[in-house]
Amino acid sequence: MATDPELLSLKVDYKWNPMLPWPFQIRRVKHETEDTFTIELQPLGALEEFAYQPGQFNMLYVYGVGEIPISISGDPANPRVLVHTTRAVGTVTKAMDKMKRGDILGIRGPYGTPWPIDQANGSDVVFVAGGIGLAPLRPALYEVVAHRELYGKVVLLYGTRTPLDVLFRQELENWRARFDLEIYVTVDRAMTGWRGNVGVVTNLIPRAPFDPRNTMAFVCGPEIMMRFTAMELHKRGVDNEHIFVSMERNMKCAIGLCGHCQFGSVFVCKDGPVFRYSEIKEMLVKWEI
Amino acid sequence: MSRVHEREHPMEDLKNILAEHPFFSGLNEEYFALIVGCASNMRIDAGKIIHREGEEANHFYLIRSGKVTLQMMTPNKGPLIIETLTEGDILGWSWLVPPYTWHFDAKALDLTRMIALDGKCLRTKCENDHHLGYELLKRFADIMMKRLESTRLQLMDIYGDRP
Amino acid sequence: MVGIHLKTLIFERSELDHLVETLKRRDYKVIGPLLRGGAIVYDEITNTSSLPIGWTDERSNGKYRLKNRDDAVVFDWTVGPQSWKRFLFPPIQKIFATHKRPKGIDLPNTKKQPVQETVPAKYAFLGVRPCDLHAIAVQDKVFLGGPYRDPVYERKRSGNFIIAVNCRQAGGTCFCASMGTGPKATSGFDIALTEVLEGKRHYFIVEVGTELGGEVLKSLKCLKATDENLAALKEICEKTTQQMGRSLDTTNLKSILYQNSEHPRWESTASRCLTCANCTMVCPTCFCATIEDVTDLSGKQAERMRKWDSCFTLDFSYIHGGSVRASTKARYRQWVTHKLASWVDQFGTLGCVGCGRCITWCPVGIDITEEVRTIRENQS
Repeated sequence: MATDPELLSLKVDYKWNPMLPWPFQIRRVKHETEDTFTIELQPLGALEEFAYQPGQFNMLYVYGVGEIPISISGDPANPRVLVHTTRAVGTVTKAMDKMKRGDILGIRGPYGTPWPIDQANGSDVVFVAGGIGLAPLRPALYEVVAHRELYGKVVLLYGTRTPLDVLFRQELENWRARFDLEIYVTVDRAMTGWRGNVGVVTNLIPRAPFDPRNTMAFVCGPEIMMRFTAMELHKRGVDNEHIFVSMERNMKCAIGLCGHCQFGSVFVCKDGPVFRYSEIKEMLVKWEI
Repeated sequence: MSRVHEREHPMEDLKNILAEHPFFSGLNEEYFALIVGCASNMRIDAGKIIHREGEEANHFYLIRSGKVTLQMMTPNKGPLIIETLTEGDILGWSWLVPPYTWHFDAKALDLTRMIALDGKCLRTKCENDHHLGYELLKRFADIMMKRLESTRLQLMDIYGDRP
Repeated sequence: MVGIHLKTLIFERSELDHLVETLKRRDYKVIGPLLRGGAIVYDEITNTSSLPIGWTDERSNGKYRLKNRDDAVVFDWTVGPQSWKRFLFPPIQKIFATHKRPKGIDLPNTKKQPVQETVPAKYAFLGVRPCDLHAIAVQDKVFLGGPYRDPVYERKRSGNFIIAVNCRQAGGTCFCASMGTGPKATSGFDIALTEVLEGKRHYFIVEVGTELGGEVLKSLKCLKATDENLAALKEICEKTTQQMGRSLDTTNLKSILYQNSEHPRWESTASRCLTCANCTMVCPTCFCATIEDVTDLSGKQAERMRKWDSCFTLDFSYIHGGSVRASTKARYRQWVTHKLASWVDQFGTLGCVGCGRCITWCPVGIDITEEVRTIRENQS
């Protein structure tokens, strides 16, 4: 096998070396719940805007600590502010949680496939979020809400652990107040005082107001939740081709070169993280793939 | 007892409501007539208890509107909500299995309208006619399976720290 | 390479020194085989005296031994534990360094500071076996053929001068003939040598692969190859093909492996596999790497290092809460399935070139060709 000579012509553009992080400054850190926080960043230096598509992620580098992938949770219509929401669970996110306004983070991105919102034109849109999975869906929600007239019914089904773990509370309230959005929140467990639903998010699917024959569903949450959600959506009559899920795997490089995020034959970092459910359905039930 | 059996709906209305519910779909005319004979309308005000743990379980309910919480009393944390049931859900299967006592408290969170089905009467009929018994059991098995699946997912604590 | 007619010449053994000198004069860093620690490894050479003259290797499952021959043949060994990837994709590579300032940090992009070593390394590789030549082509696809090109690899790979050496004999764990990658180099080199020892005469048959190759050869005393020379070349390669210690049937292999992901063989092999990662370290196509961010003791300077990683480690597939491939079975299956099935979906080529290193350096002698044969013959 010979290598195409074209491959060997030197093309490195050092300014945009995909392995080097760009400095961003923290404008605000907001604690959403006991273990989740949102950071707002702005680019430094020559970069003024950071354009991305809903569903894409960045690699975030904390000086000397490490680098991790986190989905973008902001409004794509405002590329001057980069927003990430995450849980403080690992070394890097815990270090990030302690950072303050003015601190510098390194950012590489945006990477990965977006939610194919354009494919939802003219149909009902159902967002199903589980736990922190609401964060990667929020940019898509912003976009759909901003162009509300393009879609039929717009429904968000959001399941999380307890009432105290509900993310973006104020925003959910604002959306709930609109007549053109259907927002349903459910929790796994609650004490009295919680007037919302208790039960798993899949319980909301059979009666949610959408037309399954004309629906695009965007699902993000723990893998188990996404599997059961996709099954329930399919039972309701949504075509597997119209269901999209966002996968998580170990990522080190985010550009398809380090091999860590392989899931069967795909690289989650560059072929995903957003996949058509019908394309990965079989792999999702294979053990330890 | 805070429940009020409403009498304003004529039998014909009840029949239509039951017929439209997926729970009864495919049931033959004879059995369906029998079920309608055991049904009555109910209205529960918000905050009122429908039944308590340990009480005799003689009914099951088809929720028409409102929201019901299934809850359990804990000595140190107060009542813990296990699940909420809303429009279209079926509440209660303790009437079906001895010793016919409720295992959880059920409370109306909002004003709730339901159709109550007399389980005591149905139990006797099921004993005498196992075909009817099987028809009903199949339908309850489906509900139980779904509840068990949700419970398993809840137990996994998938949104927790160490799922 | 493509479109260039393969011209065939010969030069005497003594001219090999001139070849190395010529390349050095042209500012190449010449990397070639040498004896070190009981193995033939690759490193920078200054002349041909350090080449493993008169040495050969013996390879079988979990075994590699060097043996001294009674003659002065230079390239009568097959492959050692190393491959050329250690020069193009170094085991440890600094990606960037950054400093802490009183306010904030200096990230490389701020000053548009390029990664270290902006100049291509300008390597000349002497003694690249046909299987390894294919391995380089496979890694070219991985590192340069996707939406993102690896700038480190790109720099190291640019301007390489490649001297392939056709194999005079196959090793006990070789199966390049099955993989269509050897024992004769057909492309991807600047010049390809075939060593011939006929009685007292010791010479090389030289195939010219690129214009640059032809130009370099102008500094050497070369003759046109005769029909006898060409016959000798043919005979050597045919003999080597017959000697292959292993074989692997690639027919329909991708779907066989995909369909047999739950084959009991994975489990039984896992009971022998030590997950030591040797196979992935010696494999000339394995490209997985991890990132380590480190600081000095004062915390004032931080660096990012890229290091070879292996899908056999538990950490490799770690996501919050645990590893995706927790069992040895899953990790062994991943490696083999990647090499021989998903690689095809990802890069349009198999990820195995038949060099047999994974068999030789497996401490318990697991043999990928035997594994595949067992699964093929007992499909579930």
